[in-house]
Amino acid sequence: MTSETLRPPNVSVGPIAWLRANLFSGPINSLVTILIGAALGWILLQIGTWALTEARWSVVSNNLRLFLVGQYPGDQVWRIWLSMAILSVLAGVSAGVYGQAARTMAATLSAIQLMIGVLILVSPIGIVGVLAYIANAAAVWVVFALAVRITVPRRVLLYAWMASLPITFLLLSGFEGTPLPSVSTNVWGGLLLTVLLAVVGIILAFPLGVVLALGRRSELPVVRILSTGYIELIRGVPLVTILFMADIILPLFLPGEWRLDRVARAMGGITLFSAAYVAENVRGGLQAIPTGQIEAANALGLGGVQTNLFIVLPQALRAVIPANVGLFISLLKDTTLVTIIGLLDLLGIGRAVLAQSDSFGANLEIYAFIAGVFFVLSYAMSQASYRLERALGVGTR
Amino acid sequence: MPRFGLSIIGLVVLALVVTACGDTPPPSSNAPGSSAATDAPEPTTAESADPTDAPPSGEGRLATVQDRGQLICGVNGSLPGFSFLDESGNTVGFDADFCRAVAAAVLGDSEAVEFRALSADQRGPALQTGEVDVLIRNTTWTVSRDTSWGIFAPTTFYDGQAIMANASLGASTLEDLAGATICVQSGTTTELNLTDQFRALNIDFTPQVFADIDPTYQAYEEGRCDAVTSDRSQLVARRTAFEAPDDHVILDAVMSKEPLGPVAPLGDDQWFNVIKWVVFATIEAEEQGLTADNVADSVSSDNPVVARLLGSDGDLGLGLEADWVVTMISQVGNYAEIYDRNLGPGTPFDLDRGLNSLWSEGGLLYAPPYR
Repeated sequence: MTSETLRPPNVSVGPIAWLRANLFSGPINSLVTILIGAALGWILLQIGTWALTEARWSVVSNNLRLFLVGQYPGDQVWRIWLSMAILSVLAGVSAGVYGQAARTMAATLSAIQLMIGVLILVSPIGIVGVLAYIANAAAVWVVFALAVRITVPRRVLLYAWMASLPITFLLLSGFEGTPLPSVSTNVWGGLLLTVLLAVVGIILAFPLGVVLALGRRSELPVVRILSTGYIELIRGVPLVTILFMADIILPLFLPGEWRLDRVARAMGGITLFSAAYVAENVRGGLQAIPTGQIEAANALGLGGVQTNLFIVLPQALRAVIPANVGLFISLLKDTTLVTIIGLLDLLGIGRAVLAQSDSFGANLEIYAFIAGVFFVLSYAMSQASYRLERALGVGTR
Repeated sequence: MPRFGLSIIGLVVLALVVTACGDTPPPSSNAPGSSAATDAPEPTTAESADPTDAPPSGEGRLATVQDRGQLICGVNGSLPGFSFLDESGNTVGFDADFCRAVAAAVLGDSEAVEFRALSADQRGPALQTGEVDVLIRNTTWTVSRDTSWGIFAPTTFYDGQAIMANASLGASTLEDLAGATICVQSGTTTELNLTDQFRALNIDFTPQVFADIDPTYQAYEEGRCDAVTSDRSQLVARRTAFEAPDDHVILDAVMSKEPLGPVAPLGDDQWFNVIKWVVFATIEAEEQGLTADNVADSVSSDNPVVARLLGSDGDLGLGLEADWVVTMISQVGNYAEIYDRNLGPGTPFDLDRGLNSLWSEGGLLYAPPYR
């Protein structure tokens, strides 16, 4: 009896084996792989040739200042750098205090500022701008290194974040007769306006949405009917309609000379619109909390406010992070709709730049650049939220 | 829970109000404007009691603009040659320069303008609500707009729909384009005019409709259409960007009348007069040969017409400084200078003056006498 020699199992590793197993496992698969590969290669070649040889990227680089800050006066741009520096410092401190999730966001902020710095390098804006953005990008990490060594009270940090938005606005708009001359919101534009519209929309819509969600589940009929009516009304009309309402119809009802700032009107419209959607997301989270939790809280003697604040909302809000981030990403992109009410956000600036005689026919370059900027911002947001979910243990506990 | 909900609603409403006030301070233009409106009756009565002060100031938009120190001018913001952003972020163009002319006349400073980019749908309401002091946004003067939006000052630019065809077709009249494919932007009066004109002439054609301006011209240049139609100024501007501009001819046929001019809000005759005579002053200055360079020296001119125009013979009675024409022409220039700077030779457009010549040179520009 000879014992049969067993051959070792046919396990092969390495790229070639992977290719064979996944792409060329049979004649039909091989054919499909080759066809799709050829098609992809041809498309990439076409795009690459255009981007590297034909595209007139000077249209973008010459107008980069417009794309970044719109018509914001050139000698006042340092105020934008300063507000970015405030943001960078706060992000650095938060990274030191809150850990992983905040660190990802700080890294994202730093990376985006570094990218802006590099972009400025190839534009006629000047070396000061490059240095400002690189310094801001570095500041994030320097502050982070300091913040892990000393303890920063969380409460102070929270207040600093809450104060940062009003301070940014005061810094950007200024006051007549002070060292910070007034800069009308009329000249705010480009990426600056896009980001401000999105940030303000997100920050104001979130609490409003939570209140509406709670209101919709309230036992008081008036509160419930008002909240439900608001949510359904807003969700029943497109954002364009609301922006037109805010921009065109609203001033007709305001008395004579009383005018509301145009950017503020757009911000109000976007906030009111998003709040209704946040409310429905949050309501989904609220409904996911088992009744037993509320009953247990009541049994422990917690009141209505305490139950909501300490038991229901923390769990509900954590559960709806992915849905809300999706909403905020679409909010960022929806801000481009303000072009139809004449605000020069990133897209609006693109259209204005297209009217320069040097830019005729360069629509592909300009729109590709704008799309790239939106991709970077949206991707950064989704990555940051992914880390936040993991840090908070969504889906695992 | 209900009480919690209510208190939070209260808190957030409060927070919204506070942030709304704190975040976006009203633009500097608002405060003086509103104070002018509320203070209006007082200075008026005071001034009407004082017979030495001739022009009635203190109310109306002229006083509002002068108190504010800035003119709010509604423009297109993305129309080549007329109003767009240059690389340093200034609003420039033919329309923008007329905004500057009004500011120079009213405030003595051509840079005291706040440009408001307005979309086509916004411009009417922006005038009706008084959000802009004047609308100079390539707006065609029509009877319905003249009665509902605002009142039209004299036309600054006579445009008209025209058609551009590939030179290889050898077309010179609309009839030559029988059977041709014509690119046109959808939803515009241009599309309507094209259909109307060709139906009236009983010419067959295939419209190729595009939603946006750029794809329209791109398709035409790629040869997907035999011809493209739009306003003449736009066709000329676009042709300069083509790879072979000489391969395309713009036919002489005028398919529509498009008189473009400034619009003032309804119901303020004094302000309307200012806008109207600012436009006329640029035309009259060209007729009298006054340019930005020589206007200061012409103040002591012996020519009585020039002397009256420049205010050397006394006030023109518009409620402006006596020498406002001097200020305006020296800062912005006369009509020819404004035209040449933005649309004339030396610009990519190199647009023929055509109808926009002085009446004495066969055009339609005719300023009433200054006396």
